[in-house]
Amino acid sequence: MNRRNFVKLAGLGGVVFTSGLARGAGTYGSSQDEFFFVQLSDTHWGFQGPAVNPDAAGTLPKAIAAVNALETQPDFVVFTGDLTHTTDDPRERRRRLAEFRDLARGLKNPNVRFMPGEHDAALDDGAAYRELFGPTHYAFDHKGVHFIALDNVSDRAARIGEEQLGWLKADLEKRKRDERIVVLAHRPLFPLYPQWDWATRDGEQALELLMPYRNVVVFYGHIHQEHHYKTGHIEHHSAKSLIFPLPAPGSMPKREPIKWDPAQPYRGLGYREVEAEAGPVAYRITELPVIKA
Amino acid sequence: MRIAARKFVYLPQEVTLKKGVPVVLEFTAEDVVMGFNAPDFNVRADIVPGQPARVRFTPDKLGEFTYLCDIFCGDGHERMTGLLRVVA
Ligand SMILES: [Cu+2]
Ligand SMILES: [Fe+2]
Repeated sequence: MNRRNFVKLAGLGGVVFTSGLARGAGTYGSSQDEFFFVQLSDTHWGFQGPAVNPDAAGTLPKAIAAVNALETQPDFVVFTGDLTHTTDDPRERRRRLAEFRDLARGLKNPNVRFMPGEHDAALDDGAAYRELFGPTHYAFDHKGVHFIALDNVSDRAARIGEEQLGWLKADLEKRKRDERIVVLAHRPLFPLYPQWDWATRDGEQALELLMPYRNVVVFYGHIHQEHHYKTGHIEHHSAKSLIFPLPAPGSMPKREPIKWDPAQPYRGLGYREVEAEAGPVAYRITELPVIKA
Repeated sequence: MRIAARKFVYLPQEVTLKKGVPVVLEFTAEDVVMGFNAPDFNVRADIVPGQPARVRFTPDKLGEFTYLCDIFCGDGHERMTGLLRVVA
């Protein structure tokens, strides 16, 4: 039984999002093109706050164990930023990033992609992050899907910046209009809730560059909860955190972490599987908990 | 009206403004570059230490509106907010 059938039979409640139009005549391949990846986000390694997460040092290892225990391993794993919790001390920042990297090496899947969040990169313009993980923005292709990892965090003011926007423009010019494009980012590219800094200063410019492409989906983090939104035909799906959940946009006077509930430990935390389907173009998202119920 | 911004507070925390009356808020930063962003009134500014930032606007609605620091300034940045109270 192939994996997709298993998901359907077991009724694991994946959510299907179809992106844009059905694909153009035979541009892309057959069912061989289907694959899935795992997104983990906002692990904030080094965070301390027992009222919020008394198992701060244990949650990431548990999530890694959960991914390792998946019946089928994903094609790759991506961490969409805030790998570590911020610190003013450059040495401590490197220590946290190195510890995080070593923990991530415990993933049985060797194909792991990293991205910075503002907690990792904003205080030193990404210097420590680059030393340990390489470029803060990049692109790669996987089974017919073009992935673009954008950096909207190294700039303390949350700008993608002219230089990177130029790079994005040049990258997109090489794409066909119906090519499948997945954008990975830390912060939302659209103004989800600017009152809580849930926005990217020049995100609109990136979205304008992406608009002509018919099959674009964005997966991001930062807001520590699942959220699904569309700007035009472009979908935006934020992921849960692996340290503490945050309230729904504007639902509370302040953006304070949701307290730990001993009756429901790890509630609101988790990671996701994303299955990319080629025809018609769709992304099946399955949210998974840190600890199986 | 003067407001000081430092890690990770604005002082005073709240200011009261009058609807329809133009106001100038003057921000000073004490340690690092901070931001002032009041999305409800579409005004923002960078606050650079040693260079007071002046923001001019006319509050056009009544109520309480949170503004925030939108320049990442460390562990506590997410808590750095202030309140504009607009009265008749
Ligand atoms: Cu973040
Ligand atoms: Fe985060």
